Amino acid sequence: MPRVSARLTQKLAVVGIWATGATTVLALLVIIGYTMYRGLPHIGWSFLTTAPKGGTSGAGGISTVIVSTLYLVGLTLLILVPLGVGAAVYLAEYAPDNRLTRFIRFGTEVLAGVPSIVFGMFGFAFLVIALHFHFSILSGALTLVCLLLPTLIRTSEEAIKAVPRSYREAALALGATRWQTTWRVTLPAAISGIATGVILCIGRAVGETAALYVTMGGTTALPTSLLSSGRTLALHVFYLATVTNNLDGAFATGVILIIVIVVANSITNWLSQRFRARMAGGT
Amino acid sequence: MIEKGYMRSRYLIDRSSRMLLLVCAFLSLVILAAIAVYTFRAALPAIREVGLWHFLFGEVWRPSDTPGEGRYGILPMIVGSVVVTAGALILAVPLGIGCAILLAEVAPQRVRQFLRPAVELLVGIPSVVYGLVGLVIVVPLVRRIEGPGLSVAAGIIVLAVMILPTIVSISEDSIRAVPKSHREGALALGATHWQTIWRVLLPGARSGIVASVVLAMGRAIGEAMAMIMVLGNAAVIPSSLFSPASTLAGTIAAEAPEASGVQRSALFAMSVVLFLLIIVINGVALIIMRRGSRAQGVC
Repeated sequence: MPRVSARLTQKLAVVGIWATGATTVLALLVIIGYTMYRGLPHIGWSFLTTAPKGGTSGAGGISTVIVSTLYLVGLTLLILVPLGVGAAVYLAEYAPDNRLTRFIRFGTEVLAGVPSIVFGMFGFAFLVIALHFHFSILSGALTLVCLLLPTLIRTSEEAIKAVPRSYREAALALGATRWQTTWRVTLPAAISGIATGVILCIGRAVGETAALYVTMGGTTALPTSLLSSGRTLALHVFYLATVTNNLDGAFATGVILIIVIVVANSITNWLSQRFRARMAGGT
Repeated sequence: MIEKGYMRSRYLIDRSSRMLLLVCAFLSLVILAAIAVYTFRAALPAIREVGLWHFLFGEVWRPSDTPGEGRYGILPMIVGSVVVTAGALILAVPLGIGCAILLAEVAPQRVRQFLRPAVELLVGIPSVVYGLVGLVIVVPLVRRIEGPGLSVAAGIIVLAVMILPTIVSISEDSIRAVPKSHREGALALGATHWQTIWRVLLPGARSGIVASVVLAMGRAIGEAMAMIMVLGNAAVIPSSLFSPASTLAGTIAAEAPEASGVQRSALFAMSVVLFLLIIVINGVALIIMRRGSRAQGVC
């Protein structure tokens, strides 16, 4: 008797497990499929190259939104990458195992768990109001730097740690200083791993809304300086869906977002495979 | 002489670069401290004006510019956040773990090759897209059952789908990380595949699965824009699954750009509550995970 029931449970369990898988696939198909179905017909050259009409009409294309997004992501990376990789180098190569290091690691971990709207409120209070940056691309970018720093530190640190010890030992044995070893040997060897982390950050920056909603404003005009307000693709989706009634435009912008994420994912996978293969061959 | 100068500058560069890198590493701590100090300080005026008790347990949220007129109780938003997050977890955790088992143990290689990248793609899709699809598909479906459609039920479904991929991908990794010998040992003792999964693999992967659920919970409770889109933004304690509600994160985001005075300060106080909520959740999870690893150490 017990054996039969064990076999029955086994069969039921397998059915249940496949059912959960099917549900997940269904959810995926609905989200991606429906977005494509509603959005793709509206994407064309004119959609990408005309400016949105603004106001409550929601009509027009997304040209200025693309420009704002590029400015924001560019500025964010310009500040984020040196700081994040610098911190990762310190933690991976220099940090002694003491209380200070543990404290820094703990702080980075806590920061990674802070919800993005809390970063947004900090940016709102500190950058927008206290520093008088107003609702601007600069405020948005600096908020994103705070938000993405823990992610970039973690991924870069892992990449740097994956570089075989023999590389560093060879450089040091040739009389290089610690910094020369890091700059000329370790970092070049870890570059594709670090790039993986950077692209991950780009994906999150492009998809972020809450933190930018309260720091960037949302004008549709072409940004003229770092202190101009602007809206990113993701914010545009939000405004179109809630303020205006142009759902087709929202879905079309959503398609562009999904394409950006797919491309970022593929580059990440390709880079990390290459990195792993190289590091495995290097030992 | 040249040789000596070169050695000196080399030494100086080495020392100064080390200092610079240390400064970079310190930055996370500085940002964390700045966030804590700024948010707390900005939150104080509201707490002083409203009183901590009335702020946390007041049932009416009605901001007003006229002094003395506004009511700032955030209980409806706390209830909204907790209900929506709990509901999403109840839906997503069994589905997610089931799907993780499928990917790690049951499915043939070909299914996995298609499903795994799909799940990874879903992790990266921006939350506004989830909100948009929820607004256009889920909300009308809920409306057909009962009520205005913009409701707790719609929020729960959208959040569940949003956190599902996070649970699947991390749980799958941790099920795969259980040593092969454990699994083979169980099978060799005559356990069925399901018994092996249930009694050996899932307990072995427990800390990873808990970690995935905690991460998902953090994402759910911190989600703002998708919730603004499908919850209906009513600052009242929801009376049923089909009535509108609002969450802490959603209310903060929706009202911050236009807020001033006490209302703005109250929004900062809500950020503090949200932040503390997340820290408590993470702390509890850490304790669960520690216990899990200790139990494993015994066997």
